[in-house]
Amino acid sequence: MLEIDELAVRLPRTARPAIDHISLTVAANETVGLVGESGSGKSLTARAVLGLLPKDAQISGEIRMDGADVLTMSPAGLRRHRTHSAAMIYQDPRAALSPFRRIGDFLAEILREEIGAKAARSRAVELLELVGLSEPERRVRQYPHELSGGMLQRVVIAAALAGEPRLLLADEPTTALDVTTQAEIIGLLRDLRARMRTGMLFITHDLELAATICDRVYVMYAGRIVETGLTRRLFAEPRHPYTSGLLAATPRVSALGTLPPAIPGRPPDLLSAPPGCRFAPRCPHVMDSCTAAAPPLVDGVACVKAEL
Amino acid sequence: MNIDLEVRGLRKRYGTFTAVDEVSFDLAEGGSLGLVGESGSGKTTTARLLLGLERADAGRVLVAGRPLATLGRRDRARLIQIVFQDPLGSLDPRLAVRESLTEVLRLHFPGEPSAPRVAELLDRVGLGPREAAALPRELSGGQRQRVAIARALAVRPRVLVLDEAVAALDVSVQAQILGLLAEIRAAGGVSYLFITHDLAVVGCVTDHVAVMRRGRIVESGPTARVLTAPEHEYTRLLLDSVPRHAF
Repeated sequence: MLEIDELAVRLPRTARPAIDHISLTVAANETVGLVGESGSGKSLTARAVLGLLPKDAQISGEIRMDGADVLTMSPAGLRRHRTHSAAMIYQDPRAALSPFRRIGDFLAEILREEIGAKAARSRAVELLELVGLSEPERRVRQYPHELSGGMLQRVVIAAALAGEPRLLLADEPTTALDVTTQAEIIGLLRDLRARMRTGMLFITHDLELAATICDRVYVMYAGRIVETGLTRRLFAEPRHPYTSGLLAATPRVSALGTLPPAIPGRPPDLLSAPPGCRFAPRCPHVMDSCTAAAPPLVDGVACVKAEL
Repeated sequence: MNIDLEVRGLRKRYGTFTAVDEVSFDLAEGGSLGLVGESGSGKTTTARLLLGLERADAGRVLVAGRPLATLGRRDRARLIQIVFQDPLGSLDPRLAVRESLTEVLRLHFPGEPSAPRVAELLDRVGLGPREAAALPRELSGGQRQRVAIARALAVRPRVLVLDEAVAALDVSVQAQILGLLAEIRAAGGVSYLFITHDLAVVGCVTDHVAVMRRGRIVESGPTARVLTAPEHEYTRLLLDSVPRHAF
């Protein structure tokens, strides 16, 4: 359904591509995780899928949605694409909603042009019901400040579902939420997938969270995909030193009283371009060949050591 | 056992809303106490009351046996310091790291040579000469957090309040800061009040924990006990909500 093929994006005045020749697919009814830290390029990838890349970016490669190339779409085509093909769920619902507009108006606006004002209003009520909000007829008349963060995130999800998109792009959809609310929203996304067979690209910095909802995961580091595979496999036997380092560095409730081992150094920003494998300066297994050339992604992993 | 921080019956109201309601706890000398809760639980308001950024309606706070309410601003700062989630807001954007540390030392220890202590503090938090000469905005999130910790330690406080101090950091960097904080505590002289929503973080850096909900402490005790055998329903809900994969 979604195919990203050798996508590279370079922003002006930077030392390395923000997205460095990545390839990725999401099939219908599949939930795929894109996991990475700051500067990994994961959020920019989501923007690219929506055709929202900055005008001055240098772009190569292809993004195809059901075969149509997103990067060459007309403005009208892109508008349709963002409603019916690939809709975005943003991180902070309070930033996504205008505080001065009623919930119902916000939802109806998305569809008014296509189905008319009256139908759009009744559809808004249906959408709120779909995402599990109680008393939807009352909610459409309410303003964002009258709803909790978790309820607002449900509204944002309802808005994304308005055009019955084939693919949902969820960029850290629970990061701004409390932990109990996060669990509810993850439950809702799982439930929606089962009912609507929507594909999802789930973008997060949180490997544990990705594991709870994704069928497959791509791990990004400094613009490149360093490892990919079925979630279960990736967690049971991580093959890239970054993946295993990140898993080990995550604090766990089950590991009481023990400090997680840190990865030394920090992820490179866009102004630094470590030669060869971008993770080499932080890697405990680094060899001479690591900095000579970037290891290609072979058999799901981009590491010299994994090929041996 | 000596108590570094003793909080009794702390209360704060905003109009009819009670943000902090009868909150009491002890933080032992050199100890580490987690204050856990979700948004609206009152944990951050509690921190602000302890730092004297808000005035409590009732209750008392003793730091190293001294009532906080009777102390002036500078004396209070010598006893209790805070590190916020993003230190960019609390660091002077025009001051290089070295100057920022020197400023604190001059204010609190006038007449003492500051250069050797600046070098010692930088070394303690793992910052090199390059970072020492940098402005806050030229540093990464993890490095800025190291600066904020160094600044807080400069006055040799008894209590360090860490308000979601690692929440905004990348996982790989977060583990470094948690390690640094553990190292500093092991060296002695300072106790931690760890304010966080993250139970996993609480599990690795605290020995006691208090769970807050709607302004009240609903459960408290040794971290290992609370996280493995929670007694309050809300603590159980929090624990069940932590994402955990089944394999």
